[in-house]
Amino acid sequence: MQVHRPYTLHDALALMAATPTPTPIAGGTDLLVSWHHKPKEKLALLDLSQLGGELAAMRLTADTLELGALTTYWDVIASPEVSRAFPLLAEAARQVGAMQIQTRGTWAGNIGNGSPAADGVPVLMAYDATVVLQSTRGRREVQLDGYYTGYKKTVRLPDELIVAIQIPRRTRKAEWFEKVGARAAQTITKVGVAVVNDEKGWRVVANSVAPYVCRCRNLESALQKGQKFKSPEEIRDILKNDIAPINDMRSTAAYRETVLSRVLFYRLADKA
Amino acid sequence: MRDDPPSSPSRREFLQTTAGTAAAAAIAGSVGGPVVATAGAGVTTADGPRIEGAVPITLRINGKDRKLRVDPRTTLLDCIRETVDLTGTKKGCDHGQCGACTVHVNGRRVNSCLSFAVMHEGEEITTIEGIGGPDSLHPMQAAFVACDGYQCGYCTSGQIMSAVALLKEPCGADDAAVKELMSGNICRCGAYLNIVSAIQQVRRKA
Ligand SMILES: Cc1cc2nc3c(=O)[nH]c(=O)nc-3n(C[C@H](O)[C@H](O)[C@H](O)COP(=O)(O)OP(=O)(O)OC[C@H]3O[C@@H](n4cnc5c(N)ncnc54)[C@H](O)[C@@H]3O)c2cc1C
Ligand code: FES
Ligand code: FES
Repeated sequence: MQVHRPYTLHDALALMAATPTPTPIAGGTDLLVSWHHKPKEKLALLDLSQLGGELAAMRLTADTLELGALTTYWDVIASPEVSRAFPLLAEAARQVGAMQIQTRGTWAGNIGNGSPAADGVPVLMAYDATVVLQSTRGRREVQLDGYYTGYKKTVRLPDELIVAIQIPRRTRKAEWFEKVGARAAQTITKVGVAVVNDEKGWRVVANSVAPYVCRCRNLESALQKGQKFKSPEEIRDILKNDIAPINDMRSTAAYRETVLSRVLFYRLADKA
Repeated sequence: MRDDPPSSPSRREFLQTTAGTAAAAAIAGSVGGPVVATAGAGVTTADGPRIEGAVPITLRINGKDRKLRVDPRTTLLDCIRETVDLTGTKKGCDHGQCGACTVHVNGRRVNSCLSFAVMHEGEEITTIEGIGGPDSLHPMQAAFVACDGYQCGYCTSGQIMSAVALLKEPCGADDAAVKELMSGNICRCGAYLNIVSAIQQVRRKA
């Protein structure tokens, strides 16, 4: 196994352009869980932790929050300004694993890992976040909604690094996040959802109910039209075209569908 | 399951190069033949089959710089326990779920099983041994003793490392807040109530 530890983004990108492409590692809280199972001789890692100056900073301006790729959950929790401006980020952050995961785990790693159960992705997507990718060939911005193309498949090209996540600051009429797991902490989501209603409209983003974290567009347009729901079943019928839950070790498709529609029904009745 | 448990020879028989007397004492516990001190250079070498690709690193642990040679695959946890021989830090799950391996890196608590040792050069690492010893207990260690915050003790160093870090984190005053912030530390013996009492005792006195 090889570990590259570049000190500048320039060097990191040059290493990403080499063959074989190394695997970037930030907090390691996803990679280290499965690294025992990988053929170690072949594993080449690119440790991003030395790129602190360039990738660590959080920048909150009048119209945007930019999270450098090394921003951890803890960075958000510990920042009253960011927590106030984007309450769902702090709320989701506090529910990722436990504190020892929150101090190391990064938002970019959560996106990069591509798990359908990722808890950071729904709130970012509900806030309409953009992923900034960079390689030696240049820099481009991709909407997080549109970043995933399949189970653990993304539009990121092998030589690209996520360098930042940008979130627009908007006036919001509603915003909430709900995570349902086997227990309150240190649990992987059975079903989760982040909902935001801002000047651009409704965004309803669910996790653990499809091959990747996704927006529920049919439900969004129903909300957009001002539809009121009389029962959770009504929402469930609309969601049928938005999600594709499965049975797995953590839950069943029926449970996920039922709980998601109930959470949405009761919380929308509260807050909408 | 991992294919090379830390007790297997392949894992332990690292070539270890380290400097300073404390470190020399630290490596004496590792297997693989006689410990040879090279005078002058201040370098101590443990014989043993050399793992190809082992790299020299310097880790700052409990305020002391340790010059080490580690296989890059070595987790910070295995490095602390097997290479540096500070065995107060425990391995429970090796998957980030139990908190037994909690140490502080630059003042923040982390699970040492979830990163590679080579990723921590230049950082300030603190283990339970750096918090306090039998003759100079940290107030949190003393409170765990006073409140009976353990039974078998296996999770305890991780609990204490978490609890000490918690003192500096934004944490509400009530027990529920403490429980939330301690949720990454599992106690198989179920000493939770007394652990919370110990932490609250220290917070009240602070
Ligand atoms: C005990 C435990 C509990 C957990 N609980 C939760 C939970 O409740 N909710 C949840 O969502 N997750 C959870 N996780 C998973 C994990 O902590 C998060 O997904 C975290 O955000 C990963 O970030 P990281 O920096 O540690 O990622 P790493 O492990 O460093 O990387 C993860 C992936 O992203 C890639 N990557 C990282 N940075 C970049 C970059 N800048 N550019 C391109 N690719 C990149 C890596 O190559 C890798 O594929 C848990 C993990 C553990 C061990
Ligand atoms: S051994 Fe690291 S969390 Fe369990
Ligand atoms: S005291 Fe035995 S596991 Fe906690």
